[in-house]
Amino acid sequence: MTEVLAGLVAPFADIASSPRFFAEVLIGGVAAGLMYSLVALGFVLIFKASGVFNFAQGVMVLFAALTLVGLIERGIPVAVALALTVLVMVLLAFAIERIVLRPLVNQEYIILFMATIGLNFFLEGFGEMVWGANVKRLDVGIPDTSFKVAGVLVNRLELTAAVTAAVLVTALAVFFQKTRIGRALRAVADDHEAALSIGIPLRTIWTVVWSVAGLVAIVAGIMWGAKSGVQFSLSLIALKALPVLILGGFTSVPGAIAGGLIIGVGEKIAEVYWGPLVGGAIENWFAYVLALAFLLFRPQGLFGERIIERV
Amino acid sequence: MSGATPGPLLEVDGVSVRFGALLALQQVSLTVQPGEVLAIIGPNGAGKTTLLNVISGFYHPYQGRIRFAGRDRTWLRPPDVAALGIARTFQNVALFRGMSVLDNIMTGRLLRMRGNVLLDALWWGPARRQELEHRAFVERIIDFLEIQAIRKTPAGRLPYGLQKRVELARALAAEPQLLLLDEPMAGMNVEEKEDMCRFILDVNDEFDTTIALIEHDMGVVMDISDRVIVLDYGRKIADGTPEQVRKDQAVLDAYLGVAHD
Repeated sequence: MTEVLAGLVAPFADIASSPRFFAEVLIGGVAAGLMYSLVALGFVLIFKASGVFNFAQGVMVLFAALTLVGLIERGIPVAVALALTVLVMVLLAFAIERIVLRPLVNQEYIILFMATIGLNFFLEGFGEMVWGANVKRLDVGIPDTSFKVAGVLVNRLELTAAVTAAVLVTALAVFFQKTRIGRALRAVADDHEAALSIGIPLRTIWTVVWSVAGLVAIVAGIMWGAKSGVQFSLSLIALKALPVLILGGFTSVPGAIAGGLIIGVGEKIAEVYWGPLVGGAIENWFAYVLALAFLLFRPQGLFGERIIERV
Repeated sequence: MSGATPGPLLEVDGVSVRFGALLALQQVSLTVQPGEVLAIIGPNGAGKTTLLNVISGFYHPYQGRIRFAGRDRTWLRPPDVAALGIARTFQNVALFRGMSVLDNIMTGRLLRMRGNVLLDALWWGPARRQELEHRAFVERIIDFLEIQAIRKTPAGRLPYGLQKRVELARALAAEPQLLLLDEPMAGMNVEEKEDMCRFILDVNDEFDTTIALIEHDMGVVMDISDRVIVLDYGRKIADGTPEQVRKDQAVLDAYLGVAHD
């Protein structure tokens, strides 16, 4: 009984007693959450446009970061290396459309999913073959230090990452809502055949979408890489994106953003305030338990379309 | 539009389509004349939809040619066919279910929009003017097809009959020269069918659009079409005015069966 009481009351007492510390936790959560959103966004874009769950999105993040670091290590100036990385990701999108998607058009979704698993292994191996498998440091020139705003500690790197992610997410949302390509993309997401019949070239749209997913992967790769080094575990952040997608709904851009924030903030708060009660490490499973609850009670996610199957 | 183009708008010349061992179309030839309403009829499985799919580029023939406005276009893919001025609807309505009726119809204008991604995003200058022009045209179609009341409704929530009408509106928004309709009246009640007949004839009249349609309802076919083509087992068995086709022995046999002694 006392344990239950401790779990229900004590954490809130902690929050109330030290609002500044709570704000710091919150900011850390938002920063992490925006990064999750960024990765989840890559998934949503591709899923919307082609119905493919891109298993390789995480490895694309790793591959982008590896390419960037590898180029910088070879003495290429950062700006040039970044431009080259963008070029590599766009070329990759073209290659994927041509070699993987086009021959599999009109196949079952599960087959396309399997193809992205293959792509996952290919990119992982290829990246390591070209750039090596050891952990690399990525220095983006922003010190990993903190400063105080109104008594609240803010980390420079996290702040930059959060702002960049927010800008990118907003830009993408505008791009897909307002532009011709955006309208075409929404059409393709809804019905391939109909989109073709009104003159939308599916192949072009797929290439655009995979390119954008590649760009998002670069940004995510830089941000995570700067924090924890460029290494294989980068590709595992894709696993964190999965609960984000379940929360937000697989087809919703706002959903990916909201889902990422909820999970980022939620897991930080749970870890800091409830962690000590259960011996810590809540951060590792919080997202999945939350996703599980959503699957039970709201399987379409917060913003996803409700699937009603007619019998 | 250059109504003076001599010769047929569309020529299908000896087209055969094969799915594995099944010959869906065998040496089918036909023409569509500018300005006419052509009906394609035939029993189930006769190859009507396949024919439409070949014309709109979803399938490609292994034999034969297709010419549109005098130019060969046998090998074009669907988006390129659409760009030439051929719009279509589908047997099982293919609308963008999550978008509003208005947005659905606006997608029909995509081919006619030119522009700069950046300006579009900023909703500024020429982009804005262009969007408004397209909106005006789309509103005209909405008035024409009498669907003002449902402009903002998500297409997926509409009853079937209205979905078919919205699909027609989207096809019209592209200002096609040739409009292909795959069973525009399937699953409709008598009243809805009458409306749809009226719309098809009005479109033909006012927008000067040539129409080729597949239909099962013989009454409708006889009423609205200038010419009828009959397919059976992938072959063309008749081609003529409704009166000629109605009396054609091969057609009667195909529909009613032949006595085998």
